[in-house]
Amino acid sequence: MLDVKMYDSKDEIAWCPGCGNFSILPALKQALAELELEPHEVVVASGIGQAAKMPHYITVNGFNGLHGRAVPPATGIKIANKDLNVIIHSGDGDTYGEGGNHLIHGIRRNVNIAHFVHQNQIYGLTKGQGSPTTTKGQKTTMQFDGVRMDQLRPLALAVSLDCSFVARSFSGDKEHLVSIMKQAITHKGYALVDILQPCVIFNHVNTYKWYKENSYYLDESYDPTDKVAAFQKALEWEEGVPLGVIYKNEKPTYIDGVPYLNEGPPLVDRKWDPKEAEKFMEDFR
Amino acid sequence: MKYNILIGGSAGQGMDTWAVLLEKIIKRKGYYVFSNKDYMSRIRGGHNFIQIRFGTEPISSHDPKLDIIVALDKNTIDFHTERLQENGVIICDQAIEIEDKRVLALPLKELAKELGNPKVTGTICMGVVLKLFGMNFDRVEEVFEEKFEKETTELNFKAFQEGYEYAQQQFHIEKGGEDQHILINSNQAIALGALAGGVGFFAGYPMTPFTSIMTYMSEKQEDAKMVVEQVEDEIAAINMAIGTSYAGVRSMTGTSGGGFSLMTEALGLAGIMENPLVVANIQRPGPATGLPTRTEQSDLSFILTASHGEIPRMVLAVRHAEDAFYQTVRALNLADKYQMLVIILGDQYLSDATETIKPYDFSKVTIERHIAGKESFKDGEYKRYQPTEDGLSPRIIPGKHRGQIVLTDSDEHNEYGHITESAEVRTAMMDKRMKRMDALKEELIEPDYFGVDHPENLLIGWGSMYGPLKEAVALLQEEGISVGTLVFGDIYPLPTKLLEKYSTTAKQILNVEQNYTGQLAKLIRQETGIHCSKSILKYDGRQMCSHEIYSRVKGEVL
Ligand SMILES: Cc1ncc(C[n+]2csc(CCOP(=O)(O)OP(=O)(O)O)c2C)c(N)n1
Ligand SMILES: [Mg+2]
Repeated sequence: MLDVKMYDSKDEIAWCPGCGNFSILPALKQALAELELEPHEVVVASGIGQAAKMPHYITVNGFNGLHGRAVPPATGIKIANKDLNVIIHSGDGDTYGEGGNHLIHGIRRNVNIAHFVHQNQIYGLTKGQGSPTTTKGQKTTMQFDGVRMDQLRPLALAVSLDCSFVARSFSGDKEHLVSIMKQAITHKGYALVDILQPCVIFNHVNTYKWYKENSYYLDESYDPTDKVAAFQKALEWEEGVPLGVIYKNEKPTYIDGVPYLNEGPPLVDRKWDPKEAEKFMEDFR
Repeated sequence: MKYNILIGGSAGQGMDTWAVLLEKIIKRKGYYVFSNKDYMSRIRGGHNFIQIRFGTEPISSHDPKLDIIVALDKNTIDFHTERLQENGVIICDQAIEIEDKRVLALPLKELAKELGNPKVTGTICMGVVLKLFGMNFDRVEEVFEEKFEKETTELNFKAFQEGYEYAQQQFHIEKGGEDQHILINSNQAIALGALAGGVGFFAGYPMTPFTSIMTYMSEKQEDAKMVVEQVEDEIAAINMAIGTSYAGVRSMTGTSGGGFSLMTEALGLAGIMENPLVVANIQRPGPATGLPTRTEQSDLSFILTASHGEIPRMVLAVRHAEDAFYQTVRALNLADKYQMLVIILGDQYLSDATETIKPYDFSKVTIERHIAGKESFKDGEYKRYQPTEDGLSPRIIPGKHRGQIVLTDSDEHNEYGHITESAEVRTAMMDKRMKRMDALKEELIEPDYFGVDHPENLLIGWGSMYGPLKEAVALLQEEGISVGTLVFGDIYPLPTKLLEKYSTTAKQILNVEQNYTGQLAKLIRQETGIHCSKSILKYDGRQMCSHEIYSRVKGEVL
């Protein structure tokens, strides 16, 4: 186990006092330390939002890109250098709203990435508008009469897409969160983890207390390899929010499907002499 | 000596395949070739045509006058006979009823049926064409062999011979020289340039007329051990390419108009992150879906400022297939050198125009990555946005240096890459990013010039107007008109030396462009204060040819 202090950042944290994000940050450091991944071996990629500020608060490589666009660069980084451990930290709005299309195809592409969604069921940084996971009918700073759309079930979406690893955890249970994070990071394939994270300023419905009272842990009898059961589990919400690994399907990753990437050196180490392309000119003789 | 063949029909008749073979055979016989395509955005039906020009001197654009029309349907005859020379020939099936002494009506369908495959109609016509020019069988079979399996080769060669028997020599042409050329279009040239230039990752989403760049690279990816990824949309394409670039891989993306519009937010991302990136935009007429398979030069104004905020950028337009290869290589090197965005502009005309050109000299291709190492760590610590005199901070590859991390950000950031709202840092970072434009301006390539030393009439164009302008100037000069043309490849920053030189003596300056608003003229006015006195513009989706420029200059200007 490495010293968690090695991941400390000098940057001043801009989250609100009491925010659930404050518990996710140490859990990530703990998970990396336990996995003995040094800062230079890890990249945290993100979009834009409160959650997406994560790359600044931890000393590892960081790519803080555009709102909704965390998945494409993270995918690119892993394709470019398969030796890097690529982790996405972004919000529910970023991942399921603006970036929804990338999530769908990121899951299909199955690049070996761990994707941690800070699920506060609200747009935090833009001050409290409804997100795709805000409860239907909930009043927000934009939806004065309540959100009109159905609440997205992101994990059911992921299971339906046969996402390689699907889990949920809670910022209020560090031990559980660290364990799930470690499993997601070491899992070979796209690993989506929804992390319940109270927004103390803008979401007065899904509070720390609400998450605590409305969630329950999946026990040993639950089989995460049964896709149909997993889909049902992923749909559960009102009747209780399941925590734990919901679905797991070990299958070849994107890089496994590209033999020269899989067997060869990382793409970034590719040696290339322009003269090697001269043979292609024969096509035009 | 130059001849011009038009092959017309509806989509789905397979003329693409055999027109390419015909071009190749003529090229192998040692002639210069230039061909272009005019097709509709549909898979079956409609009217499409291909024009193949060949001769014993270099050819740089298409020409309206036709010597042979191969008409696979009646439309082709109706639409194009007007352009046929007096001694020209129309080749068509005998079922087509038409009164014209130039018609050579043949039992094409019957012959094909006898041969057992209706698809060989085109190959029969090919035989007729070669016979009309009195060309022999040399190089014919080998071209078939390279394209087809044994059986199909035999069938086609037979069909070719049948056609050959049916015609008499009509044109007495000069013999070709030794075949020392390659026959390639600008999209293929961009793709080949990208492969030679060491692109390790290319992401894109299909869109005409860009697609063939990606198709070619995709076909070669395994051989070149690079990766081509078709992604979910153009937003993903550019963001993914920025990710691979950050991770140290030379990266590129490409698209056409609509896709480029989707990419705009991320152009700024590359800018603020100081990530090298090359984006090819192969233009087609807009707005929105516009004319998907046709040509226009109407994205220039948009591209010059595309993306909110201000970023350093370079824009260069490819002018022909030779240029396209070397400019792509150069774009990649400049993107890495200045850690910035370089946009390559092409268009449908060039993307579908094949030309015989000198083979590329691969020994001239260099890959200059400008990746820094340990020496760049100040006091043992790496900072991605370390201030420097020229604004360029050393760039290292994340993961390659134990104890060092690379942090990059789309927010305004300090030297570490951390978010900042400090007024001083913001100003310093803007200055840092924009400063590289000064150095870049020192290595611009001036436009090409053709014409007299002190032209009274100066024609100005860019990109694909190269061929038509070059030939138009020759036509005007033949009549003793004092004329010259400047054709820009590097467009932004705008190289101004030759422009200033020729514009001081010119009595008239005319911009010749495929757009409505005269976008190059606007840029020139903005950058230099030089006004074009008149514009020759076209925005019907069809490329101007030299004759059109010639007659419009004479009719509207002189
Ligand atoms: C293209 C674009 N649209 C909108 C925004 C504004 N914006 C920034 S963050 C955000 C939503 C943040 O919500 P979420 O992703 O859930 O993150 P949180 O702040 O709740 O952690 C929005 C709408 C933006 N930066 N870019
Ligand atoms: Mg949120």
